[in-house]
Amino acid sequence: MAVLLFAEVTDGHLGRDATAKALTGARKLGPVTVLCAGARASAAAEEAAKLSGVEKVLCAEDPSLGHRLAEPTAALIAELARDYTHIVAPATTDAKNVMPRVAALLDVMILPDVIAIIDADTFERPIYAGNAIQTVKSSDPKKVITLRTTAFEAAPEGGNAPIETVPVPADPGLSAWVEDKVAASDRPELTSARIVVSGGRGVGSEENFKLIERLADKLGAAVGASRAAVDSGYAPNDWQVGQTGKVVAPELYIAIGISGAIQHLAGMKDSKIIVAINKDEEAPIFQVADYGLVADLFQAVPELEKKLG
Amino acid sequence: MKVLVPVKRVIDYNVKVRVRPDGTGVDLANVKMSMNPFDEIAVEEAIRLKEKGAAEEIVAVSIGVRQAQETLRTALAMGADRAILIVATDDVHQDIEPLAVAKLLAKVVEAEKPGLVIMGKQAIDNDMNATGQMLAAILGWPQATFAGEVTIEGDHALVTREVDGGLQTIRVRLPAVVTADLRLNEPRYASLPNIMKAKKKPLEEKTPADFGVDVSPRLTVLKTREPEGRKAGIKVKSVDELVEKLKEAGVI
Repeated sequence: MAVLLFAEVTDGHLGRDATAKALTGARKLGPVTVLCAGARASAAAEEAAKLSGVEKVLCAEDPSLGHRLAEPTAALIAELARDYTHIVAPATTDAKNVMPRVAALLDVMILPDVIAIIDADTFERPIYAGNAIQTVKSSDPKKVITLRTTAFEAAPEGGNAPIETVPVPADPGLSAWVEDKVAASDRPELTSARIVVSGGRGVGSEENFKLIERLADKLGAAVGASRAAVDSGYAPNDWQVGQTGKVVAPELYIAIGISGAIQHLAGMKDSKIIVAINKDEEAPIFQVADYGLVADLFQAVPELEKKLG
Repeated sequence: MKVLVPVKRVIDYNVKVRVRPDGTGVDLANVKMSMNPFDEIAVEEAIRLKEKGAAEEIVAVSIGVRQAQETLRTALAMGADRAILIVATDDVHQDIEPLAVAKLLAKVVEAEKPGLVIMGKQAIDNDMNATGQMLAAILGWPQATFAGEVTIEGDHALVTREVDGGLQTIRVRLPAVVTADLRLNEPRYASLPNIMKAKKKPLEEKTPADFGVDVSPRLTVLKTREPEGRKAGIKVKSVDELVEKLKEAGVI
């Protein structure tokens, strides 16, 4: 068995947290070769080579790979897949875009959002917004897998793997990058933050969401939102925590004005400590919270911000 | 341009899903079923493209049990012009895998020759988030997943995608596959007259054999279980007490 791990590389930088966590999962399946692809990928490849447990790093550099476009990236991975039994990636939006395309090119099923590896063919994954966990056994000759990063510890540094340059297939030219609108922010990245402060429908408006953001900044936390808050236009979609958004497992998760719909719980219930602030004492969020405060968020949140001094 | 909109019949968004005690799956008996919410957004987008003059005809297609014709009638009532149902199983508990669905859709695309396929980014039952990408791969078409905005510009589509950390805009050559994310639009409700009219719109029924596609699963479900629960903690009485507890726990 041999595993190809498609590393998270954005604008030449390695997504270290996601890649290191997926590496831990990938190593359970066999020796791991990491693929770093991008317009520039050599710095990312050097960083990946230092992760403990990496056998080899493949570096693929080509302008067509520059913006993680699915068609050239999937063509590259499918080409390299020949030498591997398992093709694995962290379950980021980039991998969710690319990996099913890779699977179809190889005529195999995708195994998305895997949370546990039972053996080389058998995996656990959540379905129905985390309401059920399914154990599935794949009969395909190759497995294409995305790993939910919250289920795996990040692999430490300490490796010194050789780096090899690989040729890149010709760009099929089906799509072109136009622009990225990356929210400029000094806040930590949502999926790897130590603390996440999230707001829900109870926050009431985009304007009021500033309360959530101020508390987050005080704590050095990332900002999250429930699907209801995103749906109502209070917060951007990339803040969404839940089954249809991001899955997070920080040390501290503070849910403010969030009722606790199952689809939200699916995205945060693995957090170490959960705090809920909600004026409705019947809100289901209190059933998963370690510390619940029944209070009006418009009073409690500014007070909390002040008292964190 | 013709637009093809694949839709899936799933457990209604508001229903609390229960795992069967024997671990064989989730309970689907006497449960309200509806159109996958992301597919509803895709149907709405197709209708808006037609209203803007960018599309002429909308064909809805569903693959699964015969009861999925209700889902197709919903798409027709919203504004799709006609529908194709591929009856791939009699068993409501059998989920047709994304790879098989994509292969069937590829055959429908061959026959219908749409300029655009738009569908939900994921179904809320198996949460696979795969069918659109797989269809694009099989057809050799470009894909624009997790769309928050779609504009047709001649023989290209400009699509703004919801990605980690923000938004990415790409231009894809048509024909292409687009998958709809949450904020693309707010789907309309079908009016009563339109629901009545939908009953008369054409709905064609097919089987996988008509297309020569093998839908047998690649994944065997060995077991389905409830997720580990999380115990409720305590209620604190004040912000002061909360701060104290968090300090004790060493997280702030």
